[in-house]
Amino acid sequence: MGVMKPISEARQEQGVTESVRVATGSEHPRTSPLSIHDMTVAYHRRPVLWDIDFDAPEGKLIGIIGPNGAGKSTLVKAVLDLVPKASGRVLIYGKPYRLHRHLVGYVPQRESVDWDFPVNALDVVAMGRYGQIGWCLPVTRPHRDAALAALERVGMADLARRQISQLSGGQQQRVFLARALAQDARIYFMDEPLAGVDAATEAAVIRILQDLRSGGKTVFVVHHDLQTVQEYFDTLILLNMRIVATGPTSEVFTRDNLQKTYGGRLTLLEEAAEAMARKGKDE
Amino acid sequence: MRVSLTILTAWFSLESALAAPTRSITDSSIEWPSGDQLTRVITLRDYNTRVVVLGTLLLGLATGIIGTFMLLRRRALMGDVVSHATLPGIGLAFIVMTRGGGDGKFLPGLLLGGLLSGLLGMGLVLLIRHSTRLKEDAALGIVLSVFFGFGVALLGVIQKMNLGHAAGLESFIYGKTASMLASDAQRIAVVAAAVALACVFLFKEFEVLCFDPSFAASLGWPVVLLDAAMMGLVVAVTVIGLQAVGLILIIALLIIPPAAARFWTHHLSRMVIISAAIGAASGLVGAGLSALVPRLPAGAIIVVVASSLFFLSMLFGPARGVLVRLLAHYRLENKVGRQHLLRSLYETLEEAGQSPEAVAAPESRGVEISFPLLLAERSWSPRRLRKLLASAQRDGLVERTPDGACRMTGRGREEARRVVRNHRLWEMYLITHADIAPSHVDRDADLVEHVLGPEMTRKLEALVAARYPELRVPPSPHALQHMTGRAGLTSQDRMAVEGRRLKAEG
Repeated sequence: MGVMKPISEARQEQGVTESVRVATGSEHPRTSPLSIHDMTVAYHRRPVLWDIDFDAPEGKLIGIIGPNGAGKSTLVKAVLDLVPKASGRVLIYGKPYRLHRHLVGYVPQRESVDWDFPVNALDVVAMGRYGQIGWCLPVTRPHRDAALAALERVGMADLARRQISQLSGGQQQRVFLARALAQDARIYFMDEPLAGVDAATEAAVIRILQDLRSGGKTVFVVHHDLQTVQEYFDTLILLNMRIVATGPTSEVFTRDNLQKTYGGRLTLLEEAAEAMARKGKDE
Repeated sequence: MRVSLTILTAWFSLESALAAPTRSITDSSIEWPSGDQLTRVITLRDYNTRVVVLGTLLLGLATGIIGTFMLLRRRALMGDVVSHATLPGIGLAFIVMTRGGGDGKFLPGLLLGGLLSGLLGMGLVLLIRHSTRLKEDAALGIVLSVFFGFGVALLGVIQKMNLGHAAGLESFIYGKTASMLASDAQRIAVVAAAVALACVFLFKEFEVLCFDPSFAASLGWPVVLLDAAMMGLVVAVTVIGLQAVGLILIIALLIIPPAAARFWTHHLSRMVIISAAIGAASGLVGAGLSALVPRLPAGAIIVVVASSLFFLSMLFGPARGVLVRLLAHYRLENKVGRQHLLRSLYETLEEAGQSPEAVAAPESRGVEISFPLLLAERSWSPRRLRKLLASAQRDGLVERTPDGACRMTGRGREEARRVVRNHRLWEMYLITHADIAPSHVDRDADLVEHVLGPEMTRKLEALVAARYPELRVPPSPHALQHMTGRAGLTSQDRMAVEGRRLKAEG
């Protein structure tokens, strides 16, 4: 705590210096894409997230994992001001979300919308441009081209005119991903983008995430499959109403931490952790 | 569900109106219009008819537009609550205005009262939902019934209070289109224009609000404000429509046109336009009809017209209409039948010892296959097989001899080769990639191969057919089942055949 660099701006001093304490340490606070400071979130007075303190490294794939009801989605929603915070503050590149939301792309859970809605894939992706287009103005050609390019990136350009109910689950997920890409953000939040998708889509999504990372973007992914955690993510947030552990995957994805995160709730997960521990020893 | 309920309500009020004797107990006849009356209405010669028809047309237009967004936002029941909640406001406004010494039936005043209590009802629903653990449907039900009940009671009280000519307030319940004045039509025009403008300028905002409100919020849009604007428009349309169609049926004009429009298109902007057109047409035709036939309540007629358009859309709508789906199903059935026929013809020849090349060779004249032989190939009825053969003959794929036997034409053989090839490619894929036992693969392949497009076929080729030269039919990966039955092979024999084939393929 004592070896902080001097910080000239008062705003940053408030927002960032504190949270560096729990962060992985080495990155410069000024460039931190996301700093969460002492955030508590409650639904109907029942706390869902307690005292979240976190400082994200830039340009990483960051997995948010934890059991059902751990508050993974809530964490994302609280950062994006979609649910009210009981206390605490969140800074995106040093400023409140309100001022820096153009730097943020969001992929909600696929089930959160009605896929029978009368729009086609391109229309949905074009929504990613609405923030740039501004109020009351129509979607113009350049924006539609940008949307098409985003669809192309997820390998769905030929399905642009397909009504969204006629897409498979994996394709719908890719449409959502393309919409976030069309937002052209620097930091992305994705809520279970790999839930219920086929293997091909999973591979495609991961490839795009890695693309984003090599482009210097920071990507947060709410994830549920412990099997693939080590393969996909550089950094982890192990969450169960509070942050159990956070840091580089190689350091925090341990049997101990998993047990703390998932508690005794699921013996299967303990077994998975066991297997993980054995694997670590063998190597 | 909601739609059918409102339609029922409309029919009910229509019937009761038809049955209700107003002149004498025995007189329940309807006076049908003469030819002269008909032309007067159609040409809009009467000033009154013109006002009423134009007013309801614009009302239908407005409800069609804003109703689309309301329906997609899943707020249909909220619209119903708002319309029912206007009644006590109308009653209270009447009392206040009469007590104040004014004209108790001053329409803008009554509508203002309705507007305020409608908004209050909506606010109460939101309050109940947020501050208690009651679910939304309970909140809606409570507010709707309490407000409507209070309103009906208030009307009763007003009758008893003897506050002058209170008669006519009930017309807000069922509507009384004929009483529409030019000023009322103008009011409707203003609201309709406001609705249209708002939906043009806020089109993409409303689109995201309806499709994915949390995404809209993440963009920083004031979702609550947008929601309020949208529902505000719904309330405005509801209130100005009270006089025309009544508070029970106005919801039908908000729901039925967009529900009908959904059958015609998968595109939101087109859906809004079609919905507006259906709403306007319902208003036009409904008001016209009720002008023709005295004592037909216009509100109910308008809704009945709208529901007729709904049923037409449900049947004939190209996007998801019943007929389109039936037709698609019928086409697939035919396609599957055709492919089964061609494959059976092909495999019969194959079993008869013809090599694939010989079967497919365009110059060979084809071999006759007798009807009973073909019938034994699959479990199809003679009638079905005859139908399939007749249709294949019409398309020039098979020729038939007088004794009922048939042979494939050159084009038929080419088509058969393609069909069989697809089938076997798919079988190979299932065996090599999906681990399905060769003995079961035929049936599994049967289900899928018919929907294989050219693109999937190419993928299949890349996956499994690399070892087969282009345009050749691979040998069947399993014994042809029909043959085993006829030749009296046991299942062991069949397995042996399969094993040999699979081994031969390496």
